[in-house]
Amino acid sequence: MLTIKDLAVRFPTRFGDVVAIEDVDMTIAPGEIHGLVGESGAGKSTVGAAVIGLLPAPGFVAQGELTLGDTDLRALDARQAHEIRGDRISMIFQDPQTSLNPLMTVEDQLVETIQAHSDVSYADAHKRAVDLLEEIGIKDAAARVKAYPHQFSGGMRQRVVIALALCTDPELIIADEPTTALDVAVQSQVLDLIRHLADSRKIGFMLITHDIGVIAQVADRVTVMRRGRVVETGQTRQVLGNPQHPYTIGLMDAVPPLDHKIDRFRLPEEESGSPKGADGRDAERWLLEGQAHELTGLEVANLTMKFRGPRTSIWRKPDQFTALDDISLAVRPGRVLGLVGESGSGKSTLAKVLTGLLQPTGGQMQLGGKELPGGRARGRLHPSRQLIQMVFQDPYSSLNSRHRVGYILAEPLWLYGLEKDPDRRRQLVASMIALVGLSPETIDKYPHQFSGGQRQRIAVARALLARPRFLICDEPTSALDVSVQAQVLNLLKDLQAAFGLTILFITHNLSVARQMSDDIAVLRNGKIEEKGPTEDVFNNPAADYTKTLLKLTPVMPGDWR
Amino acid sequence: MMMEFIRRYEGLWLFSRSPAAIVAAIAAILIAVGAAFAPWIAPINPYDLSSFSLFDGLLPPVWQDGGNPAFLLGTDDQGRDMISSILYGARLSLIIGLAAMVIATVMGVGLGLAAGYYGGRFDAIVMRIADIQLALPAILTALLIDGIARGILPPEIQQNLRVTVLTLAIALSLWVNFARTARASTFVQMNKEYVQAAIIMGQRPVRVMFVHILPNILGPLLVIMTVDLASAILLEATLSFLGIGLPADSPSLGTLIRIGMQFLLSGEWWILWIPTLFLVALVVSINILGDFLRDVFNPRLR
Amino acid sequence: MLAVAFLAFSLFRFVGDPITQMTGVETSVEDQERLREELGLNDPFAFQFLRFSGDMIQGDFGFSYRTRQPVAEMIASRVPATLELGVVALLISLAVGIPFGVYTALRPRGILTQTILLTSLVGVSVPTFVIGIILIFLFGVQLGWLPTFGRGGTVQIGGWESSFFTIDGWRALILPAFTLGVYQLTLTMRLVRAEMMEVMRSDYIRFATARGVPMGRLYFRHALANTMVPVITIIGLQFGGVIAFSIVTESVFQWPGMGLLFLESIRFVDIPVMGVYLVVIAFFFVLVNLIVDLLYVAIDPRLRVK
Repeated sequence: MLTIKDLAVRFPTRFGDVVAIEDVDMTIAPGEIHGLVGESGAGKSTVGAAVIGLLPAPGFVAQGELTLGDTDLRALDARQAHEIRGDRISMIFQDPQTSLNPLMTVEDQLVETIQAHSDVSYADAHKRAVDLLEEIGIKDAAARVKAYPHQFSGGMRQRVVIALALCTDPELIIADEPTTALDVAVQSQVLDLIRHLADSRKIGFMLITHDIGVIAQVADRVTVMRRGRVVETGQTRQVLGNPQHPYTIGLMDAVPPLDHKIDRFRLPEEESGSPKGADGRDAERWLLEGQAHELTGLEVANLTMKFRGPRTSIWRKPDQFTALDDISLAVRPGRVLGLVGESGSGKSTLAKVLTGLLQPTGGQMQLGGKELPGGRARGRLHPSRQLIQMVFQDPYSSLNSRHRVGYILAEPLWLYGLEKDPDRRRQLVASMIALVGLSPETIDKYPHQFSGGQRQRIAVARALLARPRFLICDEPTSALDVSVQAQVLNLLKDLQAAFGLTILFITHNLSVARQMSDDIAVLRNGKIEEKGPTEDVFNNPAADYTKTLLKLTPVMPGDWR
Repeated sequence: MMMEFIRRYEGLWLFSRSPAAIVAAIAAILIAVGAAFAPWIAPINPYDLSSFSLFDGLLPPVWQDGGNPAFLLGTDDQGRDMISSILYGARLSLIIGLAAMVIATVMGVGLGLAAGYYGGRFDAIVMRIADIQLALPAILTALLIDGIARGILPPEIQQNLRVTVLTLAIALSLWVNFARTARASTFVQMNKEYVQAAIIMGQRPVRVMFVHILPNILGPLLVIMTVDLASAILLEATLSFLGIGLPADSPSLGTLIRIGMQFLLSGEWWILWIPTLFLVALVVSINILGDFLRDVFNPRLR
Repeated sequence: MLAVAFLAFSLFRFVGDPITQMTGVETSVEDQERLREELGLNDPFAFQFLRFSGDMIQGDFGFSYRTRQPVAEMIASRVPATLELGVVALLISLAVGIPFGVYTALRPRGILTQTILLTSLVGVSVPTFVIGIILIFLFGVQLGWLPTFGRGGTVQIGGWESSFFTIDGWRALILPAFTLGVYQLTLTMRLVRAEMMEVMRSDYIRFATARGVPMGRLYFRHALANTMVPVITIIGLQFGGVIAFSIVTESVFQWPGMGLLFLESIRFVDIPVMGVYLVVIAFFFVLVNLIVDLLYVAIDPRLRVK
């Protein structure tokens, strides 16, 4: 049905033409779910955009064949191309919140789409809309159809988006990261829905994603892309279970397994510059000085955090929102506790309370046996400011892009009075950079000159230069590609083992949690559903929520390898 | 070689591609230099009553009948050379405009940063004050301050303090723009992790605001600085035109235009239109540059 | 509003000694004292403020220092002139600004767009009074089509003196209204353009395009509607600018409105008029803000409480 041959897309810039994708071949049959997988910059979204004709200006299709059925897509003029959109090819995007016009009701948006492509009366279009909503699982569709987008929950909104893509009966739907922004349970439902639609209506799907698990669960065939080119393609089971191309092999090696714990990820080659050689030893020695033999634990008892909700009316006081509800947990000295929760579970709030950004409404905290004051009670000069350090989620905003790396790294040294001599500081910074696996020139550059993975290494170096005993890692690899994630996780494992750091590892990804943690705590809506040693919780989950999470997380079936 | 350098910095490259920006920059620089060096360049000093005489009055520019090469652009009714008048006038306009802009910037950015950082009650108070200030549009505020000054100060000091009062008045009407933008930008930055990291580490608030946040919000502020410079100059011109700004014996461009108005219906067009042209050229150049800066910092609008 | 009233009142109290203003140098000291007593100027500050506010609410605004007339009358007689001018100017600015803003947003690279943008730049840079002068010169002096000052023929409707009902009135209204409107026009246009370009980049526009929604409907029902939301707030704020710039315009055209009155009162340091003018302006401002808030809720469903 859809045939792509030798597709190339280019973007003119002031440095000349940049090739976005090249030599891309692909076919999708009716009713087939074709996964298009790759890391960031691979060009997968570009392929989708090229097919539907929505390449961001100034990009253009430089060469290649694009055929849908017997229609040559490249030969269409602007008007014809626009008519095809929605009618025969549809596209859905990642974020259901921003995909819908906030000022129009769902009904209006559905009806206008239907009427744009077929000559039906308003009443007929309306009926089709309601039927469609029912079919994809929105209950009480006749009433709900009159609602506005913001009145739906995230999962329901994505269903509305799918309905909008479906209502004109297209032959092909391009789905660009359709479930990335959704919770695990909702993701599972949406994937099931896509499967159902492909089977029952014979719609072809181009499923673009970076999540291998999703591909494994629902795609019939898969194409792997890297740096604008196709690397491997074929039946899903074949490509994922028995990869031929070295890149695919490396990719599959980097995927953290859900069913067992491995020591270190197997990686093809180290990313950059000097390995941990003589250069890093200085920093190593410095870190081991002092309290290294003293392992510090963290205990939290009955911690509660309530927020005042937004004002919805002038008369009533706003409702209180409980972000953390009576949380008690302990991070054993020198161990890693994985805190698992989906968005909205309260895990970020917990991190903010622990670091003193928020004042808890109730409860106590203890660091290394000593009381840890919360929020405003914690002075700027309190020792915990040095002992607790944090590695953040977003490598693009956790480093001040206006400061040089060397400056950023030296900050903890002079702030805590750890090293008064500026020359010594420079040496230490250089050594620490080597310890995290980066080359010495890094110091004089600016953060934006580095990739996400490299920036996270810099962030780790910054945390270590405070000589902390307790490290909070808040989704440190969620924004990174799978292979880069593996490198950073390896780094964290090595450092933790070498320096006896106690780590609170926050993540929504169960597989990552399994790999990194000795103990696990599962958080949901501000309450701890379950906690205990990792192996116990994963092999024998007690709480229903944990069981659901484990069952619905998309993974590659073990027997494929 | 030079192309390499220009290409590296996106801002410079865009500048080199934009004829309007280049022309504007040249014009602005020329005027600014002319104004700055007025005492040395101008043929006569318009403030010095002895340097001109009524006999030279009402002479047209050199290309019309009766023109005198000594006074290239003609003279006004007092015999003052037009070129000198506009150079000195531009000087005053620019001095006041720049001073007002700088004061407004310092005040506005300082308050905006603090409001964004501390939030809570401090923020609410600053915003209330800003709102009240906004309810009184620029001209109003400037007029008010002027009015108050007239009422409070004894007449002798008034003349000397004219410039200061004017500058303050204009600055007071402009700071709100800075404050709001700085505050909004600061809010955005407060959610960024590098700020949170700095706060968690226990750095001093002043350091967080000025060493960390400020460098990251400079972009939009720079645009406002340019635009507000233009506004300040316009404001001063308007006030002078209305008769409340600078007086006739130390005229700014606005005052000159007011004087020129008298000759609208009679034939001496140059007394009115030459200062006008100059003023418009100055402000248009600044605005073009401001627009250009806005496009540089907001790629989505290109 | 209270704050503005407070400000105005402080003006009264601290700026200049009203008595000397009113009575001139010849009156004896005793007479001055007596007047002071009568006007209650010796009472404690707070008391005076309360009385001031109370008077205001009742519509008693005190007397002008300069003309001895009740300020209320003076202002009331001028309000219609300024309001009509302001409304027409606002309408002009919206009627031209919005369409031009939309056009330049949708066709960013056309020649027409570049021309419009350049012209708008000049429009922002040229001071209002210069525009006024140019217009007077062109249409009044050279071409002699339109009157250059004053209001022309007016019609009394109740207590409201209106220019709308005579051709003569309109002829006199056009130039000043246009002058006043030009600045607002350019601001509006640029604002609409910026917002619209922003909106055209949003995901829901992309999605609607991907669904094949017809372009015309896309531009208006989707893009423009969403653009108007932030634009309305700013337009509301700008109304304050209209009132302010009316001062300049009225001065150039000798239009007998509140602005001209205010100007004169500054020249003569006529505090009561200044003060009351402030309060009236603030009142209008609050009113406009209220209307804008209501409009906002009407348009954006996210703001309605479930």
